[in-house]
Amino acid sequence: MITSAIIPRPLAKLPWRLIFIVLGIAGFGLIVLYSAAGGSIRPWAVKQAIVFVGFLAIAIGMSWMKESTIKAIAFPLYGVTLVMLIGVEGLGFVSKGARRWLDLGPIRLQPSEFMKPAIVLTLARFYELVPAAEIRKWRAIWPALALLGVPAVLILVQPDLGTCIMVVLCGVTVMFLAGLPWWIFVGPLAAVGVAAPIVYSMMHGYQRKRIDVFLDPEGDPLGAGYHIAQSKIAIGSGGIWGKGFLHGSQSHLQYLPEGHTDFVFATMAEEWGLVGGVILICAFGAVINWGMRVSQNARTRFGQLAAAGLSATIFFYVSINLLMVMGLAPVVGVPLPLVSFGGSAVMTIMLCLGLLMALERQQRTVSRLI
Amino acid sequence: MKHVRITTAHQSITFSRRMMLLGGAQAAVGGLLIGRMGWLAIAQNQKYQLLSESNRVQLIPVPPRRGWIIDRNGKPIAINKASFRVDLIPQQIVNGPQVISELQRLMNLPPDEVDRITRELAASRGFQPVSVADNVPYEYYAAITVRLPDLPGVAASRGFTRFYPGGSTVGQLVGYVGAASAAEYEKENKNPLLLIPGVKIGKEGLEKALESTLRGEPGGQRVEVTARGKLVKELDPKPDRSGGTVQLTIDSELHEYAARRIGDQSAAVVVIDVASGDILAMPSMPSFDPNNFSDGISGNEWKQLSGDDHLPLVDKALESLYPSGSTIKPSMAMALLNAGVDRRQKVNCTGAFQLGNHTFHCDKRHGPVDMDAAVVHSCDVYFYSMCLRVGAEKLSPMIRSMGFGEKFDLPFDNQRYGTVPDPDWMMRKYHRKWQGYDTVNMSIGQGMVLINPLQLAVMASRLATGKRVVPRLLKNTPVVPQTQLAVDQDHLDFIRKAMWGVVDHGTAAGAKLPLDGIQMAGKTGTAQTHNLAAHERGDYTSATWKLRDHSLFMAFVPFDNPRYAAATIVEHGGFGAAVAAPLIRDTLTFLYDKPKAIAALQTFEQALGGTLEERLARKTGAWRSANGLPPAASKA
Repeated sequence: MITSAIIPRPLAKLPWRLIFIVLGIAGFGLIVLYSAAGGSIRPWAVKQAIVFVGFLAIAIGMSWMKESTIKAIAFPLYGVTLVMLIGVEGLGFVSKGARRWLDLGPIRLQPSEFMKPAIVLTLARFYELVPAAEIRKWRAIWPALALLGVPAVLILVQPDLGTCIMVVLCGVTVMFLAGLPWWIFVGPLAAVGVAAPIVYSMMHGYQRKRIDVFLDPEGDPLGAGYHIAQSKIAIGSGGIWGKGFLHGSQSHLQYLPEGHTDFVFATMAEEWGLVGGVILICAFGAVINWGMRVSQNARTRFGQLAAAGLSATIFFYVSINLLMVMGLAPVVGVPLPLVSFGGSAVMTIMLCLGLLMALERQQRTVSRLI
Repeated sequence: MKHVRITTAHQSITFSRRMMLLGGAQAAVGGLLIGRMGWLAIAQNQKYQLLSESNRVQLIPVPPRRGWIIDRNGKPIAINKASFRVDLIPQQIVNGPQVISELQRLMNLPPDEVDRITRELAASRGFQPVSVADNVPYEYYAAITVRLPDLPGVAASRGFTRFYPGGSTVGQLVGYVGAASAAEYEKENKNPLLLIPGVKIGKEGLEKALESTLRGEPGGQRVEVTARGKLVKELDPKPDRSGGTVQLTIDSELHEYAARRIGDQSAAVVVIDVASGDILAMPSMPSFDPNNFSDGISGNEWKQLSGDDHLPLVDKALESLYPSGSTIKPSMAMALLNAGVDRRQKVNCTGAFQLGNHTFHCDKRHGPVDMDAAVVHSCDVYFYSMCLRVGAEKLSPMIRSMGFGEKFDLPFDNQRYGTVPDPDWMMRKYHRKWQGYDTVNMSIGQGMVLINPLQLAVMASRLATGKRVVPRLLKNTPVVPQTQLAVDQDHLDFIRKAMWGVVDHGTAAGAKLPLDGIQMAGKTGTAQTHNLAAHERGDYTSATWKLRDHSLFMAFVPFDNPRYAAATIVEHGGFGAAVAAPLIRDTLTFLYDKPKAIAALQTFEQALGGTLEERLARKTGAWRSANGLPPAASKA
């Protein structure tokens, strides 16, 4: 928060530290996209900058929303998103073998993206309504499982394993923080261990292959393992200080596939090295930490759960992507928010941040009476 | 258990606890990510840097320059000439006939060449480039280069062509180079170097035998390429290592002189430095021009060469075997002396010798001859009778120790070593007992005795020195120490004197060296190839060329302190003294007095009707017109 006579009060009340960090991450992302395009702002950096600025404006605008408004829209938002997800199944636009997009005239929407914050808000709202005494009862559990399970299944059959996993993880995080009994989480984990082989046998060919490749990337270095192998080469060859801006051979010579989208971190690490990677990870850590502190400082149960869930969304986004890029998780197609080219991830993150900023403003303006 | 009532306070504690847990888990994941990245970027950095480099950089092999072959004085025998070349890459050709006709138009290709290209293109296996032309003039090269986009499959490049200044005179010595065949490519484990247009490997002769030394190490143009194989930029080239230079013991001037002096005969000459065993000259003529072979030879050229009865494709110095004829006599006389024959003892030569019911002839009636006269005048009857008296068992070992039938370690694949027969050998090989007539035949170098010209030159060297002279062709191989032969010095002096007599007043009296104070010792030989009747012998005009006797001569100079030994076998040259001895005389003269020898060669060539090149061109022209072909286009 900046206090100065020159800056107008509404602007001064914005969480500037967070905005600077986000601007820094996005700016760094634009530099990486500039390099990934072979030293050109086209075709990615310019578009990405416009999308980012647009959503940043929206997020800042959202920060004036009242907590009561957020609460009020939680269930309708969830409902609309669910309807759109069903719509995708019926009328969806098929791209890259998956039916994820809904074509609404000028804009194409990916409803599964909206589901990430929507499921967080909905569950937060649901557990706010559940009395404290009821929290360990079946009544407090099955509606949440239904609210989470239906969209998860709809997303899984698109098929979009990455988003499905993220939605489930976000939902489970809120349920965990809401205080559901431990067996709810430990039990399914054990069940997953048992069920994994069965699920594996039911997976789509390309999903199964990705898991095969993750378990044994050396088995098929020129086929499906190519992504991970080339990504590791890019990160590993960058060393501590990197090869220098515009000097990444893996990305510039197109050995690294998807070097501007899912594997943008590898593009960055090749040129900026371990130093660039650690700075970027720490910057994301700061954003997530800021969100977690919003949750801790929240006065209402909804604020607590929603802020923690939204932070967790950002956390899962970043960590799943990085685990995948570094060869610690199977390739599931999750981009690195704010850095990867593409509007969906920026939109989701900015919605989360906008909601978080709104919740944070409540703490300062309502609760503390600054 | 009583139901525990959970209050808002409880919930708040649970939330705080679980938030800490969640935060801890998130921090742990962050730590894991940083740790993983550190592992990749620091611990495994070298490994991945290597992989990244091998992704980025590819090597386009640059063929090494082939090593030179030089003579004992450093003069070039086989070198490389910068040149332009045009090739066809069969895999990339869209419309073969159209491309070939376009090339024919642009480069003015003779129909011969078009035939060859079409044939090779049909036989090629996709990966193997077909040479259109080597040594392309710059104007043609430029014309092709600007049209490359319209000529898919055509590759124009700069490179090196093998060049043999000696032309056909060194053909049989060095062999030739050519593009690797599919079989050779497979044999070298698909060495990618062999696929590069313009890369030639040794196919015959020294070029083949010395391949490993001459080839060198390919370098490479290091290039940066994208994942899709597009070239981005050229990096520092990896230098190639040229093939090693090989120095021969050959004196190229002498070699060329001897080759030219052979004239139109089919012959091989070998000159040896008796002190070291160095082969100074070893031409086999007529020969092919290896310069033509390295361009890829046309079908008609090949037909002309393989149809020639003078065998230009055979190295007669090492691969052809002939009866030694009378050149065996000095060694045979040595064997007789060794066996205790008194050299003063005379045999009466009546011109014929009766053994059982067969009559063996001498070329004339010599009357009573002792050993000296028998060598000098080459009396057969003397040797028939003396050798029968001593027996083959005592003769063959001496002949062998003089070099006949001996294998020499020279860098050639197809050497043949001939035979010196004896009773054991006869039993092993033909399962029959040795007969008197076998001894008679062997005594004058006929029958089973077969030698090559090199062995004849070695025999001359050993008679000259009394030492076991071993020939050598590569300057960097050690000289084989010359051991003393098991002969009496007195016998040796006598034989040398007799051989001096051959040139001084014997069968080769017409071949005295035109030099003051340097005299030659030698021995003529006439090897029968067909059993001609007595009246036909010596009357060569009536016999066709093929039926004539081979003409042989071996010699060493100076006779009193031998320095050089030489030998020649002229196929169907007739009487030994008539053709072979003058050839050796002029060749050895060249070693002492070049102007005199060159003048002799000029006179000789004038009589034949022009220099070697002029006569070759005429011969080719005559062959082409006889086969209904237009005159050959001159090589650009």
